[in-house]
Amino acid sequence: MMPKPHIFALFAVLTTAIGLSAKSVSILNVSYDPTREFYHDYNKAFAAYWKGKTGDEVTVRQSHGGSGKQARSVLEGVEAHVVTLALANDVNALCTVGRLIPKDWQQRLPDNSAPYTSTIVFLVRSGNPKNIRDWDDLARPDVGVVTPNPITSGGAQWNYLAAWEYGRRKYGSDVGAKEFVAKIYRNVAVLDSGARGSTTTFVQRGVGDVLISWENEAYLALKKFGRDDFEMVVPSVSILAEPSVCVVDRVVKRRHTEAVATAYLEYLYSDIGQEIAARHYYRPRSAAVFAKYADQFRPLKLFTIDEAFGGWSKAAKVHFADGGTYDQISMR
Amino acid sequence: MEPSPPQDLTGMASIVTGLDSRAVASRAAASPVTQDSRWVRWTLTSLALLFLAFFLVLPLIAVFAEALREGVRAYFAALVEPDALSAIRLTLLTAAIAVPANVVFGVAAAWAITKFSFRGKSILITLIDLPFAVSPVISGLIYVLVFGLQGWMGQFLNAEHPWFPWLQTWLYDLDLRIIFAVPGIVLATTFVTFPFVARELIPLMQAQGTDEEYAAITLGAGGWKTFWRVTLPNIKWGLFYGVILCNARAMGEFGAVSVVSGHIRGETNTMPLHVEILYNEYQFSAAFAVASLLTLLAMVTLVLKSFIEWRHARLRYAEA
Repeated sequence: MMPKPHIFALFAVLTTAIGLSAKSVSILNVSYDPTREFYHDYNKAFAAYWKGKTGDEVTVRQSHGGSGKQARSVLEGVEAHVVTLALANDVNALCTVGRLIPKDWQQRLPDNSAPYTSTIVFLVRSGNPKNIRDWDDLARPDVGVVTPNPITSGGAQWNYLAAWEYGRRKYGSDVGAKEFVAKIYRNVAVLDSGARGSTTTFVQRGVGDVLISWENEAYLALKKFGRDDFEMVVPSVSILAEPSVCVVDRVVKRRHTEAVATAYLEYLYSDIGQEIAARHYYRPRSAAVFAKYADQFRPLKLFTIDEAFGGWSKAAKVHFADGGTYDQISMR
Repeated sequence: MEPSPPQDLTGMASIVTGLDSRAVASRAAASPVTQDSRWVRWTLTSLALLFLAFFLVLPLIAVFAEALREGVRAYFAALVEPDALSAIRLTLLTAAIAVPANVVFGVAAAWAITKFSFRGKSILITLIDLPFAVSPVISGLIYVLVFGLQGWMGQFLNAEHPWFPWLQTWLYDLDLRIIFAVPGIVLATTFVTFPFVARELIPLMQAQGTDEEYAAITLGAGGWKTFWRVTLPNIKWGLFYGVILCNARAMGEFGAVSVVSGHIRGETNTMPLHVEILYNEYQFSAAFAVASLLTLLAMVTLVLKSFIEWRHARLRYAEA
């Protein structure tokens, strides 16, 4: 049955009336794997904030997956208004390969466009039966390691580089570091394409003795599956992981969503945004919020990618490009 | 029109031979054909049943048990949640486009192949089989390579000095979204499910031969009339069988759709992709609830399939 014409008329009048005072916009946030729960909460908070500020309804749609894979789909045409990926190098590809964003994207927001940070820790089975304390223990032949594939997963690249730097400090050279990392990767039982896949492999399917994981992802697993079955082990030294965010200029210009997309990312730096990040176990940049949640972030020595590897472009070229160190060690 | 030479279509799942052998088996069941002792028969039967229970019934029960673990209320809540509803809607829409399209293509292809002879017929048959031969992931990737921003279409849209500037402007203004949107998902699904209808019909129509069509034409019927009044009634059960198989695959396809979907919640997620997302978000019973819908679909497909086979066998028995 066709609806009666006056229903259409009524509908038209209603939408125009709403349209005059407020509009509803929709933006797409293409993100990496472990941010699912965080952005689920953050999007609600932002929608409320944006409605209060402008009167507009904003719906933020989400897409999640391995960081490298997600960058690839944005390059191929997923219409992301903002990207919130696991590392600067994946965002950089949008500039170098696709010319979707300008070169200086990282300077447009504070803290290198990384509103929250994290680090790489270990998750082990209850009681730590293999007695895993630090990176050395992952190279022991009797230990089964679970980590995602560095080619597709951003988290896995942080894992890899953290292990590398530990090896370099311990053995004093890149040659020693390579040998050390190769030993760890020989112990890998399952190589999933994203961080979340690795977590379910370790937690749900019971594969391996240790999961190399984002700190936030490890905390989430402890929360979901109970502290009786798993324990977190914090290594002596690890990498400061800085997940980057960026507005995709080409898309927001075309869709006229520049204002809302920019505000969406800026709000991540607000007290509320930082607080939500901390509640989902991301390390907030704001000192005040960090102090409030200090007891959930165990102290450890952190080095940055710039200090240890001279920045992401260099690290990516040496380690993860075709024929890089990862290719070399996985050949054997 | 000349009769097509018999062709060796090896490796083909022929519904006709399948149905015939079953018809023979049911007639044979009346009289014992094996001389084996009772315990041999019992052992073999119970082994088969055990195998069936282990690999078919147990997983089936597991899906529903997991789905209902948090109660009936949670089960239905998982199904009416907006993202789940949108996934169900998209899956139904995709099947509603892909299946009729493949019925038309499949019947046309089978008709051309079995009732006519022409050059390049074996190439056509090979092409029809192509989607079976390549991995679904590759099938999806083909569309990314063609329609992606880094692919052909993207290169043309981004070219500074394109061949046809007006076409570039027109395409840009048209704002056509193919991959990472509904059209891409429909395309990929149609591609992957393409062989089902044609593959069911070709052996059937080949076995039926062209005699009845010849008779119809001799009696003065035109091509169109011959098709509607002679060919179609003869193949209707085979066609129906092809349609339900095609539909099951269209709704259940994961690999190809995963590549072209972009995984945008509430927008480009089909049911199988939604199951994966829920599972990865530790919402296990919700994941199994949506999976149980797909399982129900599979069960309906199986029941329909057995019904057709049973009916067909009876018809053949009546003829014989």
